[in-house]
Amino acid sequence: MTEQLITDLVFWLFCLITVSGAVYVLLSNHVLYAAYGLLVTFLGVAGIFVFASAEFVSAAQIMIYIGGILVLLVFGIMLSSRRKAGIDHLKVENAPRGTGILIAGLLGTMLILLASRLSFSSDATGQWLAIKSLGFSLMTTYVVILEVVGMLLLMALIGATYLAKDDQ
Amino acid sequence: MINNILPYLVVSGLLFAIGFAVVVSKKNLILMLMGVELMLNAVNVNFAAFSKFDPDPVKGQMFSIFVMIIAAAEIAVGLAIVLKIRRHYHEIDPEKLNNLRD
Repeated sequence: MTEQLITDLVFWLFCLITVSGAVYVLLSNHVLYAAYGLLVTFLGVAGIFVFASAEFVSAAQIMIYIGGILVLLVFGIMLSSRRKAGIDHLKVENAPRGTGILIAGLLGTMLILLASRLSFSSDATGQWLAIKSLGFSLMTTYVVILEVVGMLLLMALIGATYLAKDDQ
Repeated sequence: MINNILPYLVVSGLLFAIGFAVVVSKKNLILMLMGVELMLNAVNVNFAAFSKFDPDPVKGQMFSIFVMIIAAAEIAVGLAIVLKIRRHYHEIDPEKLNNLRD
C-alpha cells in the first residue's frame, strides 16, 4: 500500500516536471532559458517512459534528446545569436498570443476530454520488457526499417553539414 | 493509478497542446523547432503508454525509437537551415523573413 502510494507520488512528480518544463518553454522570453526548460521536460518524459515499462526508450530518450538534440539546439542558439549593435538576440518577442493560445487550449482540452471518454482494456501486462527481446526484434523483424532510418539519418547529417557550411 | 492509461494520455495531450502553443506564439525559429520537439515527445509518450497495455510491447516502443531518430534528423536539418537563414537575413524572426530576393 505504502509502496503503491510512493510509486504514484513519483509518477505524478514526473508528470509535474514534464508539464512545468513545457510551460516554462512557453512563458520564457529568453531562448537559452527555454532550452533549459526543454531539458527539464525531456528528463521528465524519460521518467514517464520508465513508468510505461519502456526502459530502453527511456535511456534512448536521455541519449538522443538530451545528449544529441538539446546540445545541437544550444549550439544553434549560440551560433545564431551573435550580438550586434547592442541588441540582445537571445531575447524573444512573442507574437500576439491570444488566438494561438486559444487554439492550443482548445486542442489540449479536446484531447484530454476525448481520451477520458474512451475506455481501453487497461489491464497492464505488467511484464517488464527485457531489453533483449527489443534488441532481437530490432535486428530481425525491424531490420529493414532500421537500415532505412540509419541511411536517412546519415543523409540528413551530411545534408545539414553541407547546408550549414560557410560559402563565401 | 499508474496501471491506468489515462494519466499518460493527459500528460501527452498537455505536452502536445503546449508544444503547439510554442510553435504558433513564438517569434524565433529555434523556439519553434523546440515546440516541434515537444509535440514529437508527446507522441512518444503515447506510443510508450499504449505499448504498456499491449500484449506485444515491442511494437510501440519500436515506434517511439524510430520517431526519436527521425526527430534527430529533423532537428539537424532544421538548425542548418536556421543558420543559413541567419547568415542571409541576419534575423531569425519568421515575420521578417518575407522577401525572396535582396
